Amino acid sequence: MPFATVEAFKAAADKNPLRIKEAKEAGRRIAGMYCLYTPMEVIMAADAIPVMLCGTRQDPIPTAEKTLPRTLCPLIKSSFGFGLEETCPYFNAADIVVADTTCDGKKKMFEQMAAFKPLHLLHLPHNPTLPEALRFWTSEVARLKERLEMFYGIEITEADLERAIALANRERDALDGLQRLMALKPAPLSGMLMLELLFKSGFFPDKEESSALMEAMVAEVSAAGPGQEPEGPRVLLSGVPMGMGSHKVVKLLEDAGARVVGFENCTGYKRVQRVATDRPPLEAIAARYLATPCSVMTPNTARLELLAEMIDLFQADAVVDLAWHGCHTYAIEQHTVRTFMQERGMPYLALETDYSEADAEQLRVRIEAFLEMQTVAG
Amino acid sequence: MAAGLVAGIDIGSTATKCAVLHARDLTILATAITPTGWNPREAGETVLAQSLAQTNGRRESLGAVVVTGYGRKALPGLGKAMTEITCHARGAHFLQAQARLVLDIGGQDSKIIQLGPDGQVLDFVMNDKCAAGTGRFVSNMAAALGMTLEEMAAAALTGTPVQLSSMCAVFAESELIGSIARGAAPADLAAGIFQSIARRLKALLGRFAPGQPCTFTGGLACNAHIAELLSRHLEQPLTPAPWPQHAGAVGAALFAATS
Repeated sequence: MPFATVEAFKAAADKNPLRIKEAKEAGRRIAGMYCLYTPMEVIMAADAIPVMLCGTRQDPIPTAEKTLPRTLCPLIKSSFGFGLEETCPYFNAADIVVADTTCDGKKKMFEQMAAFKPLHLLHLPHNPTLPEALRFWTSEVARLKERLEMFYGIEITEADLERAIALANRERDALDGLQRLMALKPAPLSGMLMLELLFKSGFFPDKEESSALMEAMVAEVSAAGPGQEPEGPRVLLSGVPMGMGSHKVVKLLEDAGARVVGFENCTGYKRVQRVATDRPPLEAIAARYLATPCSVMTPNTARLELLAEMIDLFQADAVVDLAWHGCHTYAIEQHTVRTFMQERGMPYLALETDYSEADAEQLRVRIEAFLEMQTVAG
Repeated sequence: MAAGLVAGIDIGSTATKCAVLHARDLTILATAITPTGWNPREAGETVLAQSLAQTNGRRESLGAVVVTGYGRKALPGLGKAMTEITCHARGAHFLQAQARLVLDIGGQDSKIIQLGPDGQVLDFVMNDKCAAGTGRFVSNMAAALGMTLEEMAAAALTGTPVQLSSMCAVFAESELIGSIARGAAPADLAAGIFQSIARRLKALLGRFAPGQPCTFTGGLACNAHIAELLSRHLEQPLTPAPWPQHAGAVGAALFAATS
């Protein structure tokens, strides 16, 4: 049964490529982002539109491979290829890309990207627990503020930052509410639809609008209550970020009868943590972003805590952990997550793939066999 | 007429297998095998017809059918589709009740399954998407040596393994040809090929507790020399299952019997 508010969100999202072009033509400031470590509040405080950039499709990867090694992860190759090919409307519209030294692959790719696009690189420390790490990261957030002030010839005030924090937190609450709809049993939406909504939410030029659209979906869908159709095993999907074009595993899981109820990744639930409003804004922003439990961090015990919380919240029956080929940090962490799940008696499947369809049948066997393990007695 | 028979069809990448069982006492009444070729649906129908002919069973006496293997969705009207992991586990447990691990080497993948006491799947690993360590790889290597599979396995037993570092089916062939050119003895190369497959399998086996009774299924398990060679290199005794190529089909038929 289609929800009117979901259709409204999708219809509005379809206009985003056009709207970002119009915003550009109208002289609006636009800064592109790839990673959840990019503090979008600083961009918003510069009265610039923070927009997610493309990097979830296979198409531009051959172009990227002319420069980058083929063994690099598809997310990095896709991001770079979209930029080179000028096929991402958001990249084309962006005045500047705000990037992070998230992992080695991204860091070195951005050196190549800086040759054809204005780019600011934030240096991310990799041990979130060290007090020096927060101090350094706060100085990096401040350095971004200074760069944007210089780049745009403006001044960013504390009040600007506070307003940006308030709006970004509103979006986070909306994203939280949206994802929590899947905690209902049966879940009222498919995981594929939820992924589409989460993915597309990153491309709205106006966060007031996207937040309002999401709040409306939360109101309508939660009023309708749990889904009417019986559902298969409820899967919590963990690991690398994904979106439309790299949704293969979600589709395979749901085709095989599972329901993906939660996304423990940077497309999904890692986005909902708020920025504190009772601290100096730059420090509050830095603390929130540094707490993102990405596999580039060591130690990264916060990811296990988040997984445990999400298993309960979303009433998950199984965990599927996805790594892209060439993403060493998530691939290595699969061993840690497997052990953690085994200790809890939680069925766990680790997958490693890329954006291509070449291994779809092999993945299908693994996924169907994994689901049969939950449902078929010996 | 009461349905007295059940069938399992395993449509693999190389061969399609069928097992027909007595629906109540679960005796294996007939098996058939044919190359899958380009038409998995036709191959599936062929082996089913051949098996039924052996039992003198008419189509009406056939009850439930379960289809497994990579072509499991090719016969949607005939029976339920289940994965070869689940079916191999069930079949291997039925054919060799003491087994706790199943090593299956198929045409395009190899897998190791950890069995529970009732033949349920507790865990499994599969090789990557390439042909490394699969039946296809072994056939290609035999062809490169100008031998049949049987000749290569027999030769390998007497040879001293030549180190082959490449596991990619394409690169391994180049490496093999290079070694032939340098004058390596065929028996030593044959031994090297099985050692390299074992090395690959050992990495998969590392996931599981050592020393568990392991049954060996798939086409390669029909050759006693291969079982011996792999057991030696893996330091893990492998017992070929009875009807090793039909373990998946038997498992599928058992699921058909209880469906």
